[in-house]
Amino acid sequence: MLEGMKKMEDKVLVEVKDLKKYFKTSKGMLHAVDGISFKIKKGKTLGVVGESGCGKSTLGRLLLHLHEATDGQIIYDNEDITKYNTKQMHEIRKKMQMIFQDPSASLDPRKSVRDLIGEPIKMYKAYKNKADYEQQVAQIMKIVGLSERYVDSYSHELDGGRRQRIGIGRALAMNPEFIVCDEPVSALDVSIQAQVLNLLMDLQEEKGLTYIFITHDLSVVKHISHEIAVMYLGQCVEYATTQELFRNPMHPYTQGLLDAVPVPSLGGKKLSTQIMRGELTSPIEPKPGCRFAARCPKARECCKGKDIPIKEVSPGHFVACTLFD
Amino acid sequence: MQEKEKRRIKLKKISNSRVARVLLARKSVVACLIILAVMLIASVFAPFVAPYDPYKQDLVNMLKPMSFEHIFGTDSMGRDVLSRIIYGGRVSFTVGVVSVLLAGSVGMMLGLIAGMAGGIVDAVIMRIMDAMMSIPMIIMSLFLGSIFGKGLGNICLAIGISMIPSYARVTRGQVLTVREMDYVTAGTLCGASKIKNTISHILPNCVSSNIVLMTMNLGSAILNEAALSFLGMGINPPTASWGGMVNDGYKFMSSNPVIAIAPGIFIMVVVLCFNMVGDALRDALDPKLRGTLGKGKKKKIIKQAI
Repeated sequence: MLEGMKKMEDKVLVEVKDLKKYFKTSKGMLHAVDGISFKIKKGKTLGVVGESGCGKSTLGRLLLHLHEATDGQIIYDNEDITKYNTKQMHEIRKKMQMIFQDPSASLDPRKSVRDLIGEPIKMYKAYKNKADYEQQVAQIMKIVGLSERYVDSYSHELDGGRRQRIGIGRALAMNPEFIVCDEPVSALDVSIQAQVLNLLMDLQEEKGLTYIFITHDLSVVKHISHEIAVMYLGQCVEYATTQELFRNPMHPYTQGLLDAVPVPSLGGKKLSTQIMRGELTSPIEPKPGCRFAARCPKARECCKGKDIPIKEVSPGHFVACTLFD
Repeated sequence: MQEKEKRRIKLKKISNSRVARVLLARKSVVACLIILAVMLIASVFAPFVAPYDPYKQDLVNMLKPMSFEHIFGTDSMGRDVLSRIIYGGRVSFTVGVVSVLLAGSVGMMLGLIAGMAGGIVDAVIMRIMDAMMSIPMIIMSLFLGSIFGKGLGNICLAIGISMIPSYARVTRGQVLTVREMDYVTAGTLCGASKIKNTISHILPNCVSSNIVLMTMNLGSAILNEAALSFLGMGINPPTASWGGMVNDGYKFMSSNPVIAIAPGIFIMVVVLCFNMVGDALRDALDPKLRGTLGKGKKKKIIKQAI
């Protein structure tokens, strides 16, 4: 029995193999996501970290077919969904949902809370009669911690935290297994961030949800993720469990990210940190070689010229850097 | 417990009549609605309301100034101006409302299709609209009027068609913005098909600017009918219409200005009222703007709080 449960926990729910997404621009191909692979086990959270424009949102949208992948595979529950058509996606979206970054932009301003939360229930015709519909909406509102008196309110009348709760409620309405959280707390202020994060973690515990948690905020990702993938310009540069990554960051970019997190200390100045300089190099038709080389304090000659594959440096810790060859 | 139940029922009732309540919060809107209702009823029941027969010529009493017998005087044929205004309301109201509704609905639909379909469909629809727009409205309706012939229905059709392009353009522009919004993507994720998404999310968010355009076009539709009638494409001469009366009357502007000014004022009042109501309707339909309507009430509440 126990062994069976353990097996369940180890089951891989989402697997991505060498996923690529290029956008056509007037200057050439923009490599938004360039060869990313990972696995997410059922009931776990994968955090995806990276600075703005590194392709992390595109990655999340690719998983849900909001963009068509250029190359690679998305495997959900042992089924390759990369080439699914609209109708097949319609079915699978019951199980795969998304929470958006900005709740005020992702909620239709002309719909009341009832209509917003009830939309998936209506679209999938998952109710028997009007009373059943009302009850389901009330149930979801209760789960996400929204008071029943807001049922006739409009999203702009509520504060950011409640709005995001509506967004979460919509994602939960069809009882999904997997949720893409695209910076769900970035638009919220800190006190509400904690509420929403706790809600997400409680839901994960209760329903065994699997998350991919996209964010630029390392403190948030540390709090919620089991594993973390660090992205830089469409590529995954480091991939490890949360503990391992924070204890032993290997890639210079990850180190730079961690250094940039302000640490409150009573001992006065502690400015040994190197702050990364420069900007992202252009993602349009990037040259082969490490994409971080231009900003990397440890860049060497061998970093340029050819792509650096991601390697397992220690068990479960993957890094794409020539320092560990 | 019972009290709680009661409160809930009360809350629900309010939400259902929210739009109406907000709409009626402005006193000016209520006044406009009453004026429009009175005019509409008067023109529908014109035979009972009008003091004289609007078509009976009385050449002895022509071009009479304002008096108790003829409130707005008589025109060049000796017909009572007030009676003609009351009868003329039938034509003017019909032309205004029908042509605007026709233009609005068809134009919005075309704009929606163009914006959503994109590509060749978009190009074809919008180029046709551009071509229609490049022809002045009055010439367009003249041209259409000469195809469809005379008569009230054809006038509405001609004026309506000539106004379609502006709605199509406005709607298309809105659709292009709205379709990129996150809530449309969210709708897709909630299982809405493209058509359902268009109807439930994109269309409602494109309506407001069209409502404003409709109220603005209403006046020009009424005046357009006058111009068409003046050019001999509109309503046949004995039939009264406000626009036609302005046209007939302006020849006597120096000697007897009331004949032209009286129907002119009616056109102005109707257009103004429709504008006010349309404006309020747009605000009432938009949950974000609803708050701005009940301003008087808010002030009161703030005063009480202080």
